[in-house]
Amino acid sequence: MIVEVKSVSKTYDNGVEALRDVNLAFPQGQLTTLLGPSGCGKTTLLKIIAGLIPRNAGEVRVKGKVVDGPGPERAFVFQDFALLPWADVLRNVAFGLELRGVARPEREEVARRYIAEVGLGGFEHRYPAQLSGGMRQRVGLARALTVDADIILMDEPFSSVDEQTRRKFQEDLLDLLRHHRKTVIFVTHSIEEAAYLSDQIALLSPRPGTVSRMVKPDVDRRKTADEIRRDRGYLDTVDEIWHILRRYV
Amino acid sequence: MTASAGQRLWQLASFLLFFGLWELAGRWPLSAAFPPFSTTFLAFVEMLRDGSLGKAYLITAQPLGLGILLCALAGIGFGIGMGLSRPIEWLSLPIFIILQAAPMAAIIPLLTYMYGIGLTSKVLAVIMLAAPVIVMNSYKGIRNTPPSLLQMCRSFQGTRRQEVLKIVLPHAAALIFTGLRLGLAMGFIGIVIAELLITPTGIGDLITYHSSVADYPKMFAAIASIVAVAAISLHLLERLERRLFP
Repeated sequence: MIVEVKSVSKTYDNGVEALRDVNLAFPQGQLTTLLGPSGCGKTTLLKIIAGLIPRNAGEVRVKGKVVDGPGPERAFVFQDFALLPWADVLRNVAFGLELRGVARPEREEVARRYIAEVGLGGFEHRYPAQLSGGMRQRVGLARALTVDADIILMDEPFSSVDEQTRRKFQEDLLDLLRHHRKTVIFVTHSIEEAAYLSDQIALLSPRPGTVSRMVKPDVDRRKTADEIRRDRGYLDTVDEIWHILRRYV
Repeated sequence: MTASAGQRLWQLASFLLFFGLWELAGRWPLSAAFPPFSTTFLAFVEMLRDGSLGKAYLITAQPLGLGILLCALAGIGFGIGMGLSRPIEWLSLPIFIILQAAPMAAIIPLLTYMYGIGLTSKVLAVIMLAAPVIVMNSYKGIRNTPPSLLQMCRSFQGTRRQEVLKIVLPHAAALIFTGLRLGLAMGFIGIVIAELLITPTGIGDLITYHSSVADYPKMFAAIASIVAVAAISLHLLERLERRLFP
């Protein structure tokens, strides 16, 4: 277990109880989805794991060590991309390394490699405003990959990406992350997305968020994307999750 | 956003209409003290030729330039300080909000009691008008940094120093520049009020003098010239701004 969340609770200053006694374990090299209705605290939980917001109780262990802030073994992909509008794709992707003080030629070489990997080769000198939502999120993903963190935390990365782009992006993402053997923690509110992408799915109940069920989709990952979408195990997983979640909506 | 030929034509027509109406109103005549556009324009050319206009602008430019320069250095610094530090914000925000709301023409004569009628008073008049908008824009530029950019910086273990230098300041630059432009606009108002209310110097002297000897074409030429100078310099700054911060 590369990441462990133990009895984590969070109550915001305005009195809203977002999470209550959450326990979760994330196996190395797997993609775990945090799935639940809006307001169930899934983004809060992800940001607590990232060390971006403090928790009120419990602990988060990464590789066995308790963490209280961001660390080099975790990289975050933001829902709104969080790109610097005044910087081109190359500088944005290299920005994580720039903050770590890596020399310019070196960090740009690494950045170029990942820009090509996420399929943005040739767009190095475009600015975020000149890119579509899907391309911007690829920049965000490339930036997270450059710092070579073992754990990638993704906060609804496809929610501002249109449907057609999203499918292609999901397929590319799976290939890329499996290839690099990353551990991924992924927040989404889309059941299909969760069933398609995940090795395991943590279902969160609404406020205060707790883990109500763990689901392991029975999907053969060697199949192609189109086969998976017609796969019995995939469709059963979608059904099973829907039967649990419909109680909350 | 390139201005099409049709758009330029309408803009030209707007100027022609304005100057035409001015000409008509002057010839009617609206008042003995209101010269037509043509007479005013000739007076303007004459003042250019005899150098009185140029000399006046050299004098006016000193307190204006000095005041804006001081505002740019201290005002932006102050605004950034307020944006980055809560105690500085609590200490100084009320002052600048009051300054923004205060009717300056009522306060400027007070300056002469404290600082006499020299350059200092005029520079201070420019600063009092220009500083609030420069400070407030810098402050807002800092404060409006998108929280997700700050979180992004933290998630990659950026230091506070990197956060300020690589995210907060570049993000605020566009608003700070806008503040400078609006500050200059206020500075023009400030310097003319000061030159009319404190002691007539520079362009204020031209207006006051020609009005006192009833040379209305020259008085109007002086007034129209300061309006034109302000409008053109602000327009050029706005274009520069759009090129720097698209």
